[in-house]
Amino acid sequence: MKQYLLAVHYVDGTPATQPEAQERAFAEVERVNDEIRAAGAWVFAGGLFPPDRATVVRVENGSTTMTDGPFAESKEQLGGFWVVQCADLDEALAWAEKCSAACLNAVEVRPFQEE
Amino acid sequence: MLDLSGVYHAEYGRCVATLVRLLGDIGLAEEAVQDAFTVAVEKWDVLPPNPGAWIVTTARNRAIDRLRRESTREARHAQALLLQHPDEPREVGPVQDDQLRLVFTCCHPALSPLAQTALTLRLLGGLEVPEIARAYLVPEATIAQRIVRAKKKIRDAGIPYRVPRADELPDRLPPVLTVLYLVFNEGYTATSGPLVRTDLCVEAVRLARALAALMPDEPEVLGLLALLLLTEARRPARVGPAGELVRLPDQDHALWDRALIAEGHELVRRCLRRRQPGPYQLQAAINAVHTDGPASDWRQVLALYDQLLALVPTPVVALNRAVAVAEVHGPALALAALEDLELPGYHLLPAVRADLLVRLGRVDEAASAYEAALELVGNDAERAFLQQRRAALPG
Repeated sequence: MKQYLLAVHYVDGTPATQPEAQERAFAEVERVNDEIRAAGAWVFAGGLFPPDRATVVRVENGSTTMTDGPFAESKEQLGGFWVVQCADLDEALAWAEKCSAACLNAVEVRPFQEE
Repeated sequence: MLDLSGVYHAEYGRCVATLVRLLGDIGLAEEAVQDAFTVAVEKWDVLPPNPGAWIVTTARNRAIDRLRRESTREARHAQALLLQHPDEPREVGPVQDDQLRLVFTCCHPALSPLAQTALTLRLLGGLEVPEIARAYLVPEATIAQRIVRAKKKIRDAGIPYRVPRADELPDRLPPVLTVLYLVFNEGYTATSGPLVRTDLCVEAVRLARALAALMPDEPEVLGLLALLLLTEARRPARVGPAGELVRLPDQDHALWDRALIAEGHELVRRCLRRRQPGPYQLQAAINAVHTDGPASDWRQVLALYDQLLALVPTPVVALNRAVAVAEVHGPALALAALEDLELPGYHLLPAVRADLLVRLGRVDEAASAYEAALELVGNDAERAFLQQRRAALPG
């Protein structure tokens, strides 16, 4: 079994989805989550608050700095993620397809290092 | 010491594919096969009756020994795999052939098109990086890097070494067709050395047949097979007794393989009935016209190239179409069709220009064009051909 991160990326500034579409997306995501759990592939998942709620912590030469906002000053931001466990990449990609269709955003599939 | 380059080319892909199945790792499989060839160079006084089997057995044994000494994660995993399935029966599934399975793995959609091609040419074609780079008109360092990255991705992201399911096959097909076409092309007109590498042509045809048996209702699969068969049929006439290039209009039709031509024509007819034209089917139809009777019907050929160019508007197709334009409408119009074409590094563009300029009596320009082609050409036969054409110019 390998673990994969399925990271949801969105572009800040794209027009917000209509409330009905958002509700449909939430319902779809819940449906996919149930499927993942039923298949025994579930490890963890969650949606993130937007980047303006983030804080970056750095420790350099023993001193700590804190910055308000996300790490990357880019338009592309992380919206949330799943962690799944699968036999191989094809399984992870199949989940990613369902997840992406449900949450209406691109999903990046990245394998975890083992051990 | 025996010269094993012929055996290497013929057996490398098959042996690597088998070792990938046994070891579950491409890098280990390649090392094992290369290791075995090193031993073969030392040990063989004469060729064994079945060199491939010898290589696989030796590779497997050397791999077992090496894995026992190592303690990396890959080694442990591969050892477990090897010891678990020493002589398991072949899995039952749509694609039973180790090499066809390896092709599908190398052509996985998670890999970029360049990575897919480079990896397949390397693992199945046994081509070296410089050969692949020339065939693809891309720098060597880029090819080398793509291959390294692709192997790492297959290993670390967990791209499985398995046969695609029947329902997955149609989506997994296009890059495989592309790669088989490129392997055949490299065999038919090698980018360096002798003109033809028979082993690559034979291998590409073999894999195309396996694909067609697997997916007999996919018209582009049949189209590709027809294209390869109709081209392969002419291979005996392509090279003269001294290894020189013999172009299509000058070929001795008696040397063509009639059975392959008949098979190719039948496939083209099957494709036409489907009415789902595609690039491989069109190229097959063009070759069917060339192999139908004593002289090519260039009007038909041009009409087919018009259709092909509409589907695949690339400079290479435009170049090939221009050759047909010359036959139907004369060299001046053909030269005009080549005017804005750019194909850096591709010797056939200046070569075709040169031929057209000769026909128009523009000798000095033809000479420059032949020289430009000679700077770019890779294989010996084409070089000799171009040198001869250059030398034959008046003045």
